[in-house]
Formats: sequence, structure tokens, C-alpha cells
Amino acid sequence: MNLRSSVDIITEWDIVAARQLGRNEAKEVGFGTVDQARITTAISELARNIYLYAGKGNIEIKQIAEGNLKGLLVIASDKGPGIPDVRKVMEDGYTTSGGLGAGLPGVKRLMDEFKIDTVVGEGTTISATKWLR
Amino acid sequence: MNTEIATYIRDNVEEILEKWKIKMEDEKDDRFFQIMSDQVIDITVHEFGELMISSLTEERETYKMKINDFSEKIVRYGWSISFVLKALSNFTEVIYERMEEVGYFKKGDKLSFAELYTNWITPLNYSIVDAYTKVWEKTVQLQKIALQELSASLIPVFEKISVMPLVGTIDTERAKLIMENLLQGVVKHRAEVVLLDITGVPVVDTMVAHHIIQAADAVRLVGAKCMLVGIRPEIAQTIVALGINLTDFTTTSTLQRGVEQALALTNRAIVEVNSK
Ligand SMILES: Nc1ncnc2c1ncn2[C@@H]1O[C@H](COP(=O)(O)OP(=O)(O)OP(=O)(O)O)[C@@H](O)[C@H]1O
Ligand SMILES: [Mg+2]
Repeated sequence: MNLRSSVDIITEWDIVAARQLGRNEAKEVGFGTVDQARITTAISELARNIYLYAGKGNIEIKQIAEGNLKGLLVIASDKGPGIPDVRKVMEDGYTTSGGLGAGLPGVKRLMDEFKIDTVVGEGTTISATKWLR
Repeated sequence: MNTEIATYIRDNVEEILEKWKIKMEDEKDDRFFQIMSDQVIDITVHEFGELMISSLTEERETYKMKINDFSEKIVRYGWSISFVLKALSNFTEVIYERMEEVGYFKKGDKLSFAELYTNWITPLNYSIVDAYTKVWEKTVQLQKIALQELSASLIPVFEKISVMPLVGTIDTERAKLIMENLLQGVVKHRAEVVLLDITGVPVVDTMVAHHIIQAADAVRLVGAKCMLVGIRPEIAQTIVALGINLTDFTTTSTLQRGVEQALALTNRAIVEVNSK
């Protein structure tokens, strides 16, 4: 099983579209309301970061399986400026935009697995997985 | 040549429209033939024919007005622009074929056809696309206004207590509006306690939380207190996971509880009256 779908993030309203897609996929996998909210919120954070810091990018959502375990993988990728200090952005309250600085550490707590691949000047890819229990 | 074509169309309008209708029914996107009643189709088809004749014979202004009316109508009917343009080019084809058959053009006289097309259809295309876009823009604009009107008004429920129910997605633009209405409303209604009801907000992410916190700070500055109510259980959990600090807020799960607390804060309570 490897169902995938994606949304390009260009305008602020694309964030809503990505969220909507995430919610539908989460429902399809069988996640309950709390996990649906966690997944949609995580997508919202990642999509908004793309919109704010990279200008444009893409949110891909994949239904995945490992043995009996089903899950949802969210991949947020952009060709923006990249993140110079990954450890710093994972600190609660660190922000370069006057935000709350809660987005990335929040996504890590909302999801089960979390990974940042970033190269300064080339872009950022963030993958986050939620497993159905 | 224009008057010639116009006369020809007018004299043979029924036949042309019939042929054109058949051509259009062959189109893949025949959705509109299914959802529209025969009568409406008939009227619209005739109007279209009128429009074509008008574009050849009438003053620019008159037919521009007709194109606008027509565009408004087809937007309302939900025709797609590509479908309308297809209709236009099909119409031209029918006319050309008929005129060729009866000898207005020599067989295979592509040049005349090209001339006909550039002088007549291309400007018509532009006008229709233009009018169509304008109507769409107007519709979107109106919907935007409608959305703004329906969202974020501060409602006085008791003396000193007001509620702002938030419904739907909060984007940057709406967040600004919420802030404005909130502050204006607090002053206008002399509110001491404001309840922000987020029951209808589908996702509370850091941006929404940030706006709520800023709104509460601003409300405090004008001398009132802000409460956050209608926090659904799943929203409470995501707020906690995001690590958002709401300790400065009084928060309740339902609006009802919020109102009770707001009354308590203003030294009042709702009591049951014994009717005996
Ligand atoms: N895709 C990205 N490309 C480049 N920089 C990024 C990207 N995503 C995040 N960052 C950087 O990481 C910082 C922390 O991001 P995070 O989402 O945690 O907080 P924030 O966006 O500043 O505020 P909040 O999300 O709480 O509204 C950002 O301020 C930004 O500098
Ligand atoms: Mg962020």
C-alpha cells in the first residue's frame, strides 16, 4: 500500500487545502478525532513555515504500512533558504519572525516520528509520521 | 461583409441555432444540457444568436452591454468559460459551413474565414472573457464581504459581558478583522468580560493561538478581561502538545460555563426562581 497525494503551497489558502487533504487521509486510515486534529495541526505548521520562510513548496501525504502497523507520513519540502541551526529551531520559543516559535517543536510532539533534512541555500525537507494504534 | 453575414444569420437563425445545438451536444462537457431545462436552453441559445447578430450590426456600446448581461447570466448558470468559448467557435463554424454551402464563400476559401474570424470572433472572444472575468471577480469580492460580515462580531449578552463566536478558518486577514471588531466592540458595549468562543474553529495552530493571545492582551489594555471558551477536547490536546501557554487565560470547554464564570467575575449569578 502506498497511496500518496500532495498540495503545492503557494498562497495562504493552500495551507487550508493541505490541512483538508491531511484530515481526509487521516480519516481514511482510521485515525480518531484527537489524532486527526494532531495531524492537521502538524500539517498546518509545516505548510505555514513553507509559506512564511520559503515562499513556496509542497506538502505530500502518504498512507504507509509497516507490518500490521498503519500510518500517515507527511513530507513538507521546499527549495527555500534552508535552516542554519537545526538544534536552535527545535527549541521552544525560537523564532525569527516574531511568532511563538512553537511550530517545529510542536510538530515533533504532535507526531510519532520527526526528521529534518536541510541544506542552507538549497532547501528543507521535513518528514513526520503518525502511527495508528 | 458584416451586414451580409448579419442578414444571413437573421434570415436563417432557426436553422443555424439547431445545427449549433447539435454540435454542442456532441461536446464532452455537455453537463449543462443535462442540468438545464429545454426551455432555458432554448432561450439561452436564442440569446446567444441575438448576441452574435448584435455584435455585427449594433453600436459598440449597445452590444457591450448585451455581452455583459449575457456573461452575468452564464456565470450564474455555472457554464465554464472554456465551454462558452467552444460555443462561440462552434457557432462560427456552423455559420461558415452554411455560408459556404449556399455560396457566400468559395469552397475552401480559408482566407475569408480567417478574415471573418479576426474581425468578428476574436474581439468577441476578448469581450466575453473580459465580461466573464469581471462577473467572477465581482462574485468573489461579494462573497469575501459576505464572509467578513458573517464572521467575528462581538455580541453583548449581558451587561458588561460580550461574546465573540469565531467560526471557520482564521487567516491573517480575518485575524486583523477579529482584533478590530473585538476592540471596537469592547469599548462600544462597555464590556468588562469578553468571551472568545472557538467552538467553530477547525484548527488551532500556533498562528491562531498567537492571534488569540495578542487579542487578549489588547483587550486587557482597554480594561477588560478575555476568556477563551469552546475548547474542544482534541483542540485542548493539540494546544498542550504545541506547548502554548494559556495560563493568562481563563479557559472553559463550553460557552455556557464561560458565561457562568463571567457572571461570577462581575459579581452576579443566574438563580432559579421558585415559581410557587
Ligand atoms: N521551511 C523552512 N525554511 C527555512 N526556515 C525555516 C523553515 N521552517 C522553519 N524555519 C525557521 O525555524 C524557525 C522556527 O520555526 P517554528 O515553526 O518552530 O516557529 P515560527 O514559525 O517562528 O513561529 P510559530 O510556528 O510558533 O508561529 C522559524 O522562525 C524559521 O526561522
Ligand atoms: Mg512556524
